[in-house]
Amino acid sequence: MKTNTKNSSQNMKKFKFFEVTADIGYWAYGHTIEESFENAGLAMFEVMTNTKHVSPYIQKEITILSEDTVSLLYDWLSELLFLHDTEFIFFSKFKIEISKENENYKLTAKLLGEKIDYSKHEQLNEVKAVTFHLMEIQKHNNIYKSRVILDL
Amino acid sequence: MEIKDTLKKVRECVWEVPGGYNKSMRVPGRIYLNDATIESLEPGAIEQVANVACLPGIQKASIGLPDIHFGYGFSIGGVAAFSTRTGVISPGGVGFDINCGVRMVKTNLTEDEVKPKIKELINTLFKNVPSGVGSKGKIRLENNQIDDVLNNGAEWAVENGYGWDEDLEYLEENGKMNEANSDKVSEKAKKRGIPQLGSLGSGNHFLEVQKIDEIFDDKAAEIFSVNPGEIAILIHTGSRGCGHQVCSDYLRIMDKAYKNHNINLPDRQLACAPVDSKEGINYFEAMSAAANYAWANRQMIVHWVRESFEEIFNKSAEDMEMNIIYDVAHNIAKKEVHEIKGKPMEVFVHRKGATRAFGPGHKDIPKKYQSVGQPVIIPGTMGTSSYLLHGTQTAMEETFGSTAHGAGRKMSRSSAKKEFKGEEIQKYLAKMGIEIKATSMPIIAEEAPDAYKDVDEIIKTADTAGISKLVAKMKPLGVAKG
Repeated sequence: MKTNTKNSSQNMKKFKFFEVTADIGYWAYGHTIEESFENAGLAMFEVMTNTKHVSPYIQKEITILSEDTVSLLYDWLSELLFLHDTEFIFFSKFKIEISKENENYKLTAKLLGEKIDYSKHEQLNEVKAVTFHLMEIQKHNNIYKSRVILDL
Repeated sequence: MEIKDTLKKVRECVWEVPGGYNKSMRVPGRIYLNDATIESLEPGAIEQVANVACLPGIQKASIGLPDIHFGYGFSIGGVAAFSTRTGVISPGGVGFDINCGVRMVKTNLTEDEVKPKIKELINTLFKNVPSGVGSKGKIRLENNQIDDVLNNGAEWAVENGYGWDEDLEYLEENGKMNEANSDKVSEKAKKRGIPQLGSLGSGNHFLEVQKIDEIFDDKAAEIFSVNPGEIAILIHTGSRGCGHQVCSDYLRIMDKAYKNHNINLPDRQLACAPVDSKEGINYFEAMSAAANYAWANRQMIVHWVRESFEEIFNKSAEDMEMNIIYDVAHNIAKKEVHEIKGKPMEVFVHRKGATRAFGPGHKDIPKKYQSVGQPVIIPGTMGTSSYLLHGTQTAMEETFGSTAHGAGRKMSRSSAKKEFKGEEIQKYLAKMGIEIKATSMPIIAEEAPDAYKDVDEIIKTADTAGISKLVAKMKPLGVAKG
């Protein structure tokens, strides 16, 4: 599994995996919170397959409303997992916008991916669920870092 | 002072976390470990036992079993029972894979009959039982049928032609929790559940062909109908995406509920609600429905296992005496009556990575097993032995009738992949006479036997402490993994 995918345009990692005894965790980076969330989505699919081999053939749009940014991250990834499980799609490209709507945060996203095809897509781990364990979003030197631990 | 230094030895293999360790603890903690395993236990897991002891309405003790390890909020290998009047119920105390469990099926075949055909058999099982990432079942439920599955569990499966009527008698809860209410399961959970019904999944789930290798208790073995040298099958899987979604949904609901009900928590992941609150009741009914899904799932798999054996050995499953020995749930919450302070009391027992181990004479175990206690099935890891034990009176008195559930990882998946190569592990197992088939080589590396704790130590501890007693040891001959 890759642990150090770099963005082609800027010299920033997209995500970095870390070890959790029974499961897997990662930090997802971004110049904006949106980019950090996009990379959090990508990292989750990287756990399931090699996303390099996932072509952007199918497009989906989703909207999520949550009460705070951590819940928004949890709900975002849970929604991706749900779509993966029910529509049999691996996603590999994400475009997110986040706005404040009254007391809530609203996330709208365009997702690009491909129907699962195991003759082409590697079968790695099945993700059972997104956890709240140590979930947080930090900002250091204008870089956003989101920490996620997945239950495998 | 480190939390480990506060532990007091109660007797061989039993330790107490004194109630005074943390001021908010309502009961002490109790941990079942031997002198060696206590050394290697993460302090975080003991801390979690102490945290659970702080929850409202907890009875007697917060319990860590011989396979205890760090989990999210609640430790894995943990038991906690809460009063049905003043207590709480928590999805974190059950885990994501609701009613993950193990089912053991017997045969009258011998190693000599099976060994020459093991490769063919494993390939056939692999073909007939869907497995792997996002594995889909072979059947397509009609939309309203998912509610029948959720409400009726294994009974639904048998009524629809999967398995035998008498199978139901040998499942925990007879494969159906009556409290289940599919209306409390979200549309999302149902949608995830529909395509996956009748599939093994991935990760540590497996289907294993084993030989009864050693008998420790002749009388119990005879009652359980296990004979040395005969072949048995172990199925380890749960409620798939359906249960995972139920847990995810209710973790969000409970995260709001505990604040609304003014419950003070030492860790947000212990999020819970009073048992009689709307959130608490809804979760229990939804969890029961997901548990039913898992029993239906294992029931369908048993049917395909029987068909696979029929295909390979040209005999009927009845002739091969492929009866179910038992089916245990090791991630679940149940309403049970236990003796507390000398009086029977109704409690919500949360078992997260814990196997029920009801002792002799308990009304909820099959008639056939009344004299010895329920069968307890504890799977090892790929390539290591699994064990059959029986429940005990000691478990009834000390652990709300519970014992360990498995080996538990000691090495992360990524370390395991660095350390081992799938191909090498496969060859190594082949040398030991174990045929393995998995969807991918990295999965084999991740599930390498050495990535797990020693299950033998865990069994020894459970047996010494008396919370379940050894009956038989099973050795793998072949494994099909997701």
